Formats: sequence, C-alpha cells, structure tokens
Amino acid sequence: MKASRRALVLAAVLLAAAAMLLIAGASVGSTGFDSVLQARQDATAWQIVWDIRLPRTLGAWVAGGLLGLAGAVAQGLFRNPLADPYLLGSASGAALGVALALALFGASPFATQWLVRLGLTGAAFAGAVAGVLLTLALAKGVQHTLRLLLAGVIVGVVLSAARDLVTLAVPDILQAMQAFMLGSTSFVGWTSCAIMAGVLVPGAGLAWLLGRALDGLALGEATAASLGLPLAAVRVALVAVLALATGAAVAQTGLIAFVGLAAPHLVRSVAPTTHGRLVFLSALMGGVLLMSADVLARWLVAPQELPVGVLTAVLGGSYLLWLMHRRSGRGGVFV
Amino acid sequence: MTRLTFMLPLLWLLFTAPVQALQLVDDRGVAVDLASSPRRVVSLLPSLTETVCELGRCDRLVGVDRYSNFPAQVRGLPQVGGGIDPNIEAIVALKPDVVLMATSSRGVQRLESLGLKVIALESRNLADVQRVMGKLGQLLEVADAQRIWQAIDAGVSAAAQSLPAAARTTRVYFEVSHGPYAAGTTSFIGETLLRLGVKNIIAPGLGPFPKINPEYVVRANPDLIMIGERNAQGLEQRPGWASLRALREGRLCVFTADDSDVLVRPGPRMAEAARIMATCIAGKSRSTVVDKPGRVAPFRTGGLPG
Repeated sequence: MKASRRALVLAAVLLAAAAMLLIAGASVGSTGFDSVLQARQDATAWQIVWDIRLPRTLGAWVAGGLLGLAGAVAQGLFRNPLADPYLLGSASGAALGVALALALFGASPFATQWLVRLGLTGAAFAGAVAGVLLTLALAKGVQHTLRLLLAGVIVGVVLSAARDLVTLAVPDILQAMQAFMLGSTSFVGWTSCAIMAGVLVPGAGLAWLLGRALDGLALGEATAASLGLPLAAVRVALVAVLALATGAAVAQTGLIAFVGLAAPHLVRSVAPTTHGRLVFLSALMGGVLLMSADVLARWLVAPQELPVGVLTAVLGGSYLLWLMHRRSGRGGVFV
Repeated sequence: MTRLTFMLPLLWLLFTAPVQALQLVDDRGVAVDLASSPRRVVSLLPSLTETVCELGRCDRLVGVDRYSNFPAQVRGLPQVGGGIDPNIEAIVALKPDVVLMATSSRGVQRLESLGLKVIALESRNLADVQRVMGKLGQLLEVADAQRIWQAIDAGVSAAAQSLPAAARTTRVYFEVSHGPYAAGTTSFIGETLLRLGVKNIIAPGLGPFPKINPEYVVRANPDLIMIGERNAQGLEQRPGWASLRALREGRLCVFTADDSDVLVRPGPRMAEAARIMATCIAGKSRSTVVDKPGRVAPFRTGGLPG
C-alpha cells in the first residue's frame, strides 16, 4: 500500500475509534448506563451525561491530541526518538506553579483571593510557560538544538527540586501534589475542552505548515540549511507550538505520562509518513490513547475510578513492548 | 390609606420571613449563598464528616469520601472517591445541597461549575476546629454548636488534669509520618500536647509539621516517643537511635490504626485524642516504668476505653 494511502486509512480508523469511544465514554461511569436511559426525564442524569461524561471524554481526546502533537513536534525538532512533550521544562514548571499556588493558598487574604480567581489550572499554565521561557533564556534562544535539550533537562531538574522544597515547607499539600503528578481527566468541563481545542487547532495547523521544514531537519541541520529553510524562525515556531500545546494539556489534566512519547511511535509503526501527516496522525493517536484510558479508568473498577495516567502507561507501554518484541526479530526496533 | 400603610410592613414580613437566606464565608474567602439549611450533604474530608455527625446532623449526609470511617453509621453511605480524587459524577448523582471539602482539593472549581454549592474548610489547629464547628453549626442549624465545642474542650482539660504531676516533665517526640515529619507546637497535635502540659522536643519556630533530621531527635533525646503502628517498625535501626533513652527503656507509644485516625484528624474527637495521649503518657512516665531494658513491652493502646 502507498504511504499516503496508509496514512489516510490510519486517520479514518483513528477517527472512527474516537467516535466509538465517545459513545462509550458517554455511557460509562459510576452511575452506570442508567444515566443515559434516564437522561430525557431526569435533570441530574442529563447533567451527568451532558456536563460531565461528554466534556470529560472529549477533553481526554483533545488533551491526548495536544500531547500527541507536542510529542511529534519534539521528536522531529530534537531528532530524538526519546523526546517527549515535557522536555523543555514545562512539566516541572507546571508542577512548581501548582505547588506554589497550593502553598500560598490561605497564606494571606490577598494571595487567596487572587488564587481563587487564577485557579490551579491558571497556575499550572503560567508555570509551564515560565519553565519553557527559562529554558530558552538558559539556552540563549533556539539556535542550538543540543543546548536547548540540555537546558530543558537542567531546568526540569532544578524546578522539580524547587517544587520538592515547597512541598517540604508545606507538607499539607503533599497529597494534592501527588494527584496532580498522576494526571486526571475527571475535572475537565466544556470550558476546558474549548480552551484546549483553541490551542490544538491552530497548533496542529502551524505544525502541518512546518512539516516540510521538519522533514528537512530530519536530514541534519547542515542539509536543512542548504535547502534554504529559515531554521531560526522554524525553530521558534515549533518551540511555541510545543510549549503551548503541552502547557494547555498539563494545566487542564495534570502530568499524564507516556501519551506524548508513545503516540508518534505508534503512528510510525503503522504508517511511516512525512512530518506534515505525522503531526496530525500523532495528535489523533494521542487522542484515542488518552480517550480509551479515560473510558477504561471509569469502567474497570466502577463505581470507583483509576488514575488515568497509570492506564496510559500500561496501554501505550504494553503495545510498544509487543511491537518491539515482534519487530526485533526482523532487525528494526520501531520502523 | 392608613390601613394600607399599616398592612404594607406586615405584607413585607409575610413574603420575606419564610425565605431564610443563608450566607457563609468559607476558608477560601468565598461567600456561599444558600436558600436554606442544606438537607443533603456530601462530605469529602473525614474530620468534616465527624464534625457533621458530632453536631447531630449525621442523617443529612448522603455521601462521604472513602477515608471517612467514623462514626459507624457513615460506613453504609455511598463513597464518592477521596479528597484528592473526588468522583464528580457520583457526587452530582447524589444531588447534594452542599459539598464540604478541603480547600486544597482540585475538584472545587469543577463541582462549582456544575452548579453545586461547595464549602471548603481547612482545620490546622484547635482554634480552627472550633471555628469549623461554628460554621457547620450555622450551616446545619445547630443552635448549641458552641456548647458541643465546650464539651470537647472540657474533655481535653479533663485529660490534662488526669495526668500525674510527675508526668508533666516528660519530653515528647510525636512522629506524624515517615520523612520523618514531626508534630510541631503549632499543629493541633502539638497544641494538645501543650494542653496536656508535657514538653514537645520540636522548637516552636519550626511550623506545624516540620520535616526534621533524625539527628534532631538524637540530640533532644526525648523521654517518650509517640508514633503510629505503620511507622514504628525499625526505629532502633535508624542511625544513632539505638542509644535513645526512650527506645532503650521502652518508653514508646505505638498507636493502632484506629487510634491514629483519632489522633491525626483535626475534628471533634480531640478530647478522645487527648485521653489516648494522656493514658499513654501516664503509663510511660519515668516514675511508673521499671527501668529494665527488654522487659517492658511496647505500650499498645488498642484495648483502651474512650
């Protein structure tokens, strides 16, 4: 099958899976299928289906999409198959933002009022963006990929240490921090969906436009420059997409592991394609991955719930392992 | 005309009197308006669950978090996740008039956006417990909330008076959890110790639950160590701790999981917590323990009254 045809089929399959998962997501939850049956008569059942289950399922799709997009961009930009969306310090920045917000909460009436308005999501987003900006400042811009990568790792370590200091000073917030680190789709409402979609659509569009540049970068910086690509501008745009997509997802759902790393690999294993298509397919794949994790999280131990971050690792990880096992016989790892 | 002017205030009274609007400012500083005292309450914090029941309004609870296990009658209620991972759908399905939870919980915003009334409360010390009890009393139309508080307060004082004078000089180390995190003087546990008249080895400036260096305990060499069952394993193996007087002489209060629940929750069982601590301190104070290492079994509080 031709590569473009394969990509098209994969996109269709992923969209169909997302549609099916959306239906499943609307019918699964602690109150069971009854809520769907009674949604027409009972206002609470209607609220459960329309205001809780649907936005949360769609939110998982969009958040997974953001992480998948960010993962594809990160792996293309850094030419590193182990790159993931949290690489530029956004994850540790967001965690520090949340820790500070929780710690300052109640410290003074002024801080509390301000924090109630900003909310934990606002603090997480501000922290994520600040983390990336700090990385950029340390790396003195985006000219050197390796320096950027190193700066990202360093900022990650330093900000995590700062977060640990904050939690040590105020141990009351330990539990709340752990919940954030595990990631959760439970608190996603329509507003969160709209915010994330507002980042995903232009982000994916921009990444698609830069697909050819990513293809060029894959051949090495010298080759890319010789092709006449405006490398500096391309990198700035890609870092912006990476930072905003990750920040938006992390702010609404916490640190969900593995989706950003696994989604591009899963796409490449099924349909090796150009970066322009990869960013789209990776977003779709990430969406389906997180959505199925969300549905399973609600379904497996209903009426209780599992943390969704645990399931993404199990789902994506076991599939990747199986893939590696199958492929290693034929010499390749993923491709 | 005169009759009408006479009637108007009466009419006004008639229409406004039955609507007793209730406004409460919670610990976030958010003013929560309620049309009337809530009939259906969900509590997502064990200490708040216990306070609601202590106020005699247990029957208004329709759901609790998975850690709320006291009093016994709340164990039959639907569990709607934990304080940090509340199950939004299950809470909404219970149609509560109000949800009580900790200020640090992430679910507050989400529940409010779904149109639920949320009151976020946080107790860190004895004064907070009194304040929270007053707030909940106001919310649940309990007239004698302050009297209930005074009974608890009197219970703490009684526990303090039950201690022999000799026990007052005991220097205590209370370990809240691994880390090790200690109960500082400003925490509710530290305040109870203070009320009991014993000395906390943690310096006052260190905050409510400081993470201390194990060497701090070695240097202070407390007369008595208070610790939960779960953390009590391998105390002697901690570097330098084998020589601690309290460990050598078996002056150790190991609390069962049930007792630990009483001790670490800033709620209405503070008098019971004070009694548990006082009983242990009295039994372990220097005058009563025979100074023979190895012969004294660690103190267990499982079968105590209270």
